[in-house]
Amino acid sequence: MDSPQPKSKKRPRPQLTLGATLALGLLISAFSGALDPYFLDVLTSMGIAVILAVSLNLVTGFTGQFSLGHAGFMSVGAYISAGITTALFAGNPLGNSAFAQSGFFLGSLLLGGLGAAFAGLCVGIPSLRLKGDYLALVTLGFGEIIRVVFQNIEPIGGALGLNGIPPYTSVFWVITWAALTVFVIHSLVHSTYGRGFVATHDDEIAAEAIGLDTTRYKIVAFVVGAFFAGVAGGLYAHFRLSIVPTGFDFTKSIEIVLMVILGGMGNTIGVILAAVLLTLLPEVLRPIAAYRMVLYSLLLIVLMVSRPRGLFNLNWAALLLHLKKRTTETLTKRGAAK
Amino acid sequence: MTPLLEIANATIRFGGLSAVSAIDLAIGSGELVGLIGPNGAGKTTAFNLITGVYPPSEGRVCFGGRDLTGLPPYARARLGIARTFQNIRLFGSLSVFDNVRAACNLHRATSPLHALWRGKAFRDDEAAIATQVDALLEIFNLGRYRDTPAAALPYGEQRRLEIVRCLATRPKLLLLDEPAAGMNPAEKTELVALIQQIQRQFHLSILLVEHSMRVVMGVCQRIAVLDHGVKIAEGSPAEIQHNPAVIEAYLGEDHSENLAHH
Repeated sequence: MDSPQPKSKKRPRPQLTLGATLALGLLISAFSGALDPYFLDVLTSMGIAVILAVSLNLVTGFTGQFSLGHAGFMSVGAYISAGITTALFAGNPLGNSAFAQSGFFLGSLLLGGLGAAFAGLCVGIPSLRLKGDYLALVTLGFGEIIRVVFQNIEPIGGALGLNGIPPYTSVFWVITWAALTVFVIHSLVHSTYGRGFVATHDDEIAAEAIGLDTTRYKIVAFVVGAFFAGVAGGLYAHFRLSIVPTGFDFTKSIEIVLMVILGGMGNTIGVILAAVLLTLLPEVLRPIAAYRMVLYSLLLIVLMVSRPRGLFNLNWAALLLHLKKRTTETLTKRGAAK
Repeated sequence: MTPLLEIANATIRFGGLSAVSAIDLAIGSGELVGLIGPNGAGKTTAFNLITGVYPPSEGRVCFGGRDLTGLPPYARARLGIARTFQNIRLFGSLSVFDNVRAACNLHRATSPLHALWRGKAFRDDEAAIATQVDALLEIFNLGRYRDTPAAALPYGEQRRLEIVRCLATRPKLLLLDEPAAGMNPAEKTELVALIQQIQRQFHLSILLVEHSMRVVMGVCQRIAVLDHGVKIAEGSPAEIQHNPAVIEAYLGEDHSENLAHH
């Protein structure tokens, strides 16, 4: 502890990461014709999972509000954006102009996100006074209400769901939005303003005592998280091409919560890796067919028991330091032996 | 001149029990006032009254001539009331640097949206805040713990960090709730120097709740004594030391007679 620590860490440049990821997205989509469609499908699913997990991580990981309604927000976004595109696509007013289609799709995604954000605001304001298990129950209830509501609105398909959604989602869109989600949430949380989210998580009373409006922080986290969940829903709808209300039930919410827990609460990189891993796992286990979900669940249990603080919760700095020490020791020993 | 903080006839009742009853207390600008009393006398409740954790059942609290009734804790902190806690409350998972940085939010020049655009205004603002935080950490010898999570700090440093975090909000009034709790005599001497340094350097008023007479008598200009929620005495340290009501409250009636004999 006595050794002076470095005065300032190397400043991370999130814009660069964002730019690099966007370039990667463009590159992949440019060659998407040459790539295996199965690979592209899995990649798209991963991207959507990353958006969902990283946005929930803002609410649960950083701000400490346990929410089981993330799939609910996702469904709001999915239904709004798919509703818009499907209704207009039927008449095909846009023709085949890729440019018009992209702009139109972007608009519908944004509206889906905004709709989900509004739902987040409506649920957040009354329920964020609650803590822990109580909040989890309220958000769980919200998710179920949304599902039942969609099941009973006939114009959007009712229980049969919405079909014939135009296939607008491409790998490029998904990677772009995933990168944007990570960028926005990372930039927000690591700014001076954003330290308030973590402060709210760590100690609400102390946060209030230094002038932070913790209720506002929780609502902002909820609304921003819901926005990206809504966008993810829109991308999901235009990828699967048909959505049913039961696809957004609380099992889906639990799946997203699992990614956050497995990745390590408030650990963005870990959560991204967990989202990728949990999307890949069922695919990898596909050959064993019938036992797939059994093994999947078993693996989850093992992971949770063996690494309860997150799969990727490693102290990298300590690990590197240890390795460095070992190397120097070996080197000096060798030197001494000579 | 109106005092900086004025508690007028304030009472807080929990059910049938009055935790503080009809207390009056005024703190002037730049004054260092001690608040003492036996366990359960209502000292921390008085703090919670000032910071807005509990609303008064009767009476009111004014700060800088403004009635604070109905203002939540964060709004009071924004007006310039900062406090520490009896059982330290830090943001354990945040680094020492970030604990103080979180408290700089009151003086942020840019909005959260700037954090997304990351323009020059935002970078300048963040750099200015970082400079302030580092300067504060240096003043209080916490610079070498800059990137350590607050939860991993030694006890004394945690207490100090909590005070530094208060100072980062640029308060006019600092409320210290038993800062010497759990400290050894050497650390207490250091604490006395620290409190005096803060008052000098940051020109603020301090209200100090403390059990350690050594600390209270060492730094306070004026002392108020609470017992069973009632203010039983107020005066200079010397006056308080010889006040029979205070001695009785601390030692019981028999002992106060004994003391009087000696």
